[in-house]
Amino acid sequence: MNAWTLTLFLLAVMAAAYHLGRKRAISGAGGIDRIKTLHSLPLYHGLYAALWAGIPALLLLGLWSGFQDQIITALVTASLPPESLDGLSEGRVGLLINDIRNLATGNIVSSTLTPGIQAAADQYGRLQQISSWTKWLLVLTVALGGMGLALSHTEPGMRARNRVERIVKIIMIVFSSIAILTTLGILLSVLFESLRFFHAISPLEFFLGTSWSPQIALRADQVGASGEFGAVPLFTGTLLVSAIAMLVAVPIGLMAAIYLSEYASRGVRAFAKPVIEVLAGIPTVVYGFFAALTVAPLIRELGTSVGLEVASESALAAGLVMGVMIIPFVSSLSDDVINAVPQSMRDGSYALGATQSETIRRVIVPAALPGIVGGILLAVSRAIGETMIVVMAAGLAANLTANPLDSVTTVTVQIVTLLTGDQEFDSAKTLAAFALGLTLFMATLTLNVVALTIVRKYREQYD
Amino acid sequence: MNTMAEAIDKTTGAMSASELAGGIHSRATVGDFTVADPRMSCRDVDVWYGSKQAIKGVSLDIAQNEVLSMIGPSGCGKSTFLRCLNRMNDTIDGCRVTGSIRLDGQDIYDRSLDPVPLRARVGMVFQKPNPFPKSIYENVAYGPRIHGLTNNRTELDALVESSLRKAGLWEEVKDRLDQPGTGLSGGQQQRLCIARTIAVSPEVILMDEPCSALDPIATAIVEELIDELRANYSIAIVTHSMQQAARVSQRTAYFHLGDLIEVGETNDIFTNPRHKLTEDYITGRFG
Amino acid sequence: MTDPSVNPDTSTPRRAIDVVNASLKRRYAKERRFRLLGATAVGLGLVFVLLLFADIVGKGYTAFQQTYYRLPVTLSADLVDPEGTRDPRTLARADYMTPIRQSLRQLFPEVKDRRERRQLNSIVSVGAPQLIAEAVIANPDLIGTTSDFWILADDDIDMLVKGYIDRNAPESDRRVDDRVIGWIDRLEDEGRVAKRFNTIFFTHGTSREPELAGIAGALMGSFYTLVLALALSFPIGVGAAIYLEEFAPRNRWTDLIEVNINNLAAVPSIVFGLLGLAVFIGFFGVPRSTPLVAALVLTLMTLPTIIISSRAALKSVPPSIREAALGVGASPLQTQFHHVLPLAMPGMLTGTILGMAQALGETAPLLMIGMIAFIVDVPGGFTDPATVLPVQIFLWADSPERGFVERTSAAIMVLLAFLFLMNLAAVLLRRRFERRW
Repeated sequence: MNAWTLTLFLLAVMAAAYHLGRKRAISGAGGIDRIKTLHSLPLYHGLYAALWAGIPALLLLGLWSGFQDQIITALVTASLPPESLDGLSEGRVGLLINDIRNLATGNIVSSTLTPGIQAAADQYGRLQQISSWTKWLLVLTVALGGMGLALSHTEPGMRARNRVERIVKIIMIVFSSIAILTTLGILLSVLFESLRFFHAISPLEFFLGTSWSPQIALRADQVGASGEFGAVPLFTGTLLVSAIAMLVAVPIGLMAAIYLSEYASRGVRAFAKPVIEVLAGIPTVVYGFFAALTVAPLIRELGTSVGLEVASESALAAGLVMGVMIIPFVSSLSDDVINAVPQSMRDGSYALGATQSETIRRVIVPAALPGIVGGILLAVSRAIGETMIVVMAAGLAANLTANPLDSVTTVTVQIVTLLTGDQEFDSAKTLAAFALGLTLFMATLTLNVVALTIVRKYREQYD
Repeated sequence: MNTMAEAIDKTTGAMSASELAGGIHSRATVGDFTVADPRMSCRDVDVWYGSKQAIKGVSLDIAQNEVLSMIGPSGCGKSTFLRCLNRMNDTIDGCRVTGSIRLDGQDIYDRSLDPVPLRARVGMVFQKPNPFPKSIYENVAYGPRIHGLTNNRTELDALVESSLRKAGLWEEVKDRLDQPGTGLSGGQQQRLCIARTIAVSPEVILMDEPCSALDPIATAIVEELIDELRANYSIAIVTHSMQQAARVSQRTAYFHLGDLIEVGETNDIFTNPRHKLTEDYITGRFG
Repeated sequence: MTDPSVNPDTSTPRRAIDVVNASLKRRYAKERRFRLLGATAVGLGLVFVLLLFADIVGKGYTAFQQTYYRLPVTLSADLVDPEGTRDPRTLARADYMTPIRQSLRQLFPEVKDRRERRQLNSIVSVGAPQLIAEAVIANPDLIGTTSDFWILADDDIDMLVKGYIDRNAPESDRRVDDRVIGWIDRLEDEGRVAKRFNTIFFTHGTSREPELAGIAGALMGSFYTLVLALALSFPIGVGAAIYLEEFAPRNRWTDLIEVNINNLAAVPSIVFGLLGLAVFIGFFGVPRSTPLVAALVLTLMTLPTIIISSRAALKSVPPSIREAALGVGASPLQTQFHHVLPLAMPGMLTGTILGMAQALGETAPLLMIGMIAFIVDVPGGFTDPATVLPVQIFLWADSPERGFVERTSAAIMVLLAFLFLMNLAAVLLRRRFERRW
């Protein structure tokens, strides 16, 4: 809670700065009646002081909190007796550091204590204490310093408003750039770990191998120590589930959109459209529960009653439910593009004596086709990135099959499985998850870019 | 009817439009709105958009092989009236049509009448060229295909060619029939739309300001085409341009605020308007 | 093309209309089929919604009740409070299981065999003593008296009483054997079994025992996460939207930002989990499993939604407002904050609520950042280990006990209720403040 208290303190300093800045501006002008001689309203002088007090201190606080852990860890690691690190893999060092950290915070430790580790833990605790105090001291100094600086500037002629506005604008620019930082962060985080993974496992094996069993033995003498990382069964599994989902979602979504926008009376549309869109607002974990506990047993029972062998976690169950989830996605995107087709197209067709369905099938849908295709691509991207439904209903067995009644696994399922067990951060198993993440990100990114471009071009055509 | 209409002379013509709308309806129309052997004949047509009346008791005939032009200031209801003639108003919510509109003696607003074959008989060309986002060939072939007018590809090819020829577009597009119709120039697009309409062999063609989106040269070509088409079809054309009405039509009807004010031989209307409102419009006092 | 002498137009127009009329029947049949197809699609969509809700509610409504036994329990002083201090800490730690077992033994004196006796004891939940402890702490005068207590039943018995266990199934296939069923029937005949409102579900954290598992911990976790996510994403989203919509020059940088925002809105949520794991936990050392790290990840996830809807809201404010403000000498920023922003605020809030609803239902990225840990305690702050409601649902859905099925469904009902309220708020806000210019 340390950081939260400090933040509260900072806010208090900012409030004080605001008050002082305002007062100083007013007294500088020579009283409340003469504030017209100020360039800016006292409010802006106050804000100016508050921003100066708050922003540098907040930045410092953020940076400090973000990096203190890393620096302390580095210091502690450096102070460990070198022989205790000898012959340890990177992963083992990580475990050791973890132990030290746990010891310092009074948690249970996994390995036996050695005096070296005990000493390191003591040092860890000490450094954290120091860091915490220094943080308080420095942040408050910077806040007060900033306030003092701002107040010393404050005089009637100061263009406080312009300065405040410039600061606010810079803050807004920083906010807008967060989108780019996020993309960059995603890219870098998956890329770095993936590169490390591809050091150990060749990309050829990853992208072309057909056997996936990422169990890496903890000890070198165990069997199957290497693990197998051929991701093809994952890709085919993802495609199979997505294909089933699209087979459900595209016809139903498209026909529903056509019916609602071309045929349905206003009342039916006003009722049915929002109700179908409810499907889009239901959390995916709910669909997962529905797929695993209701649909999968149902399909299994149906299958056995006609003599088919159905896996209890079949691709069909996951795909069907995912399809239901995507219906509103397809239907609302199609609805948009169908409504964007100008009325003159319909008029032209009706004037030739076409029936409504002829007009829809031969004029409206072809005219809206680029937009519909774009929407379907976005839906595909959503299907292959969907996680919870497949985690809960599709299973873990990496089968290379096209049989929808079999159990398959997908890229997202494996990412979750690899990263939620107890394991070291640096093992090939963990890194494989990032390689899968990279593949997933690139695939969906490509789909999204293509789809968004198509849709934008389509919209421009009729604008 | 005829005599009553003629009895209204120029002095009653000085009545304001609102007085005319007061109730005497079609009887207020100056000139003879009937023809000897009408293709279409409308009597006391009212059109309502919700609670707003857009057309007030209009009676008008369209003869075989004639071009009838409808003129009048914006919002006078001439386009609305035109859209009644092949029930295109059906697509607009809250639009209601009363009175009778007959095509070859059959009431087109009869409950049992199906608008689909009606529209095959009464084609329409719109203000803004609206080719489908398909190839030139497919644009023309669309109507024959949905109606099943041809039995094989050869017949269809021939029909497309003859329609494009009649629309005067064949020479310009014969080498690029597979290219999108939207890639043509505005005037070409409008002639493509005319070819598309002709391809289903209609009996009457309705044109809603077909040249308003075109440049003068394209306009001249389309006007020439309309004149040629008169040989085979009845044509009703709404136009904003009095010169155009004078150039292409044999009879002219002048609409004002939903009333049909005056109808007659085009020459008479333009040289000797009998109603004050017609005269004001033609001489450019408003419009 | 073809022989120009083949000119179908030489035929009279009549012929064409005859052809048209001849084909009409077939065309209308097609029309009807197409229309039916459309109506079927809409119907299917509606049926899916209905099925989903019916399934969840049908599975979950029983979880709001819980089976209890009304047993006379004698709380002898030397067992509960031997020193007579009535110190709450002593009372909390005292042995209340023994009095419950004694009470059961008195009700079923014929049960003598040790195995049978153990079986009899197991019809009571291991959490039952804790409830008595709470009652005794609240009212120490109960010590030394005998009074009726509502004793929490074990989850297997709960399932039996709610009718989820088929009494006709072979005994070996049942989790409850005939002897226990006999005891329960006898208790029911004596009026000692009742289903009472399940308060535990709303006041307790999770547990391995279905009858003791509640959503309080997950709800608090969701609450802390959402509060923090809102505090971060709203100002950032609105600030970014104002800049992009009102001030940004059209150049490569802003184009890049635009493309990025649109793409981020469509990036799979699990990828954000990877980002959180690698950057926030791995690089910045944010403690895992906490509302803090969850909020950071969800902020990044919901930002695109908020920015896009805020920009739409800004776009809908007519330029004349801006011109009027600038015309009286307001600075561009004053124009924004004094005039445009208040008008765009309902739209922005609507978008933000919808973004928060999305964040509330999100599961996948949170699995990556350790929210999946088994945490019994109700979190008390942003940096306490916690889980959130959808992750709790995921964890319960994975549990084999039959009792968790109804609790999972009930938790889903609670989650959906919150989502419904948020969406309702968004709709009402839009209706209330929607302005047509």
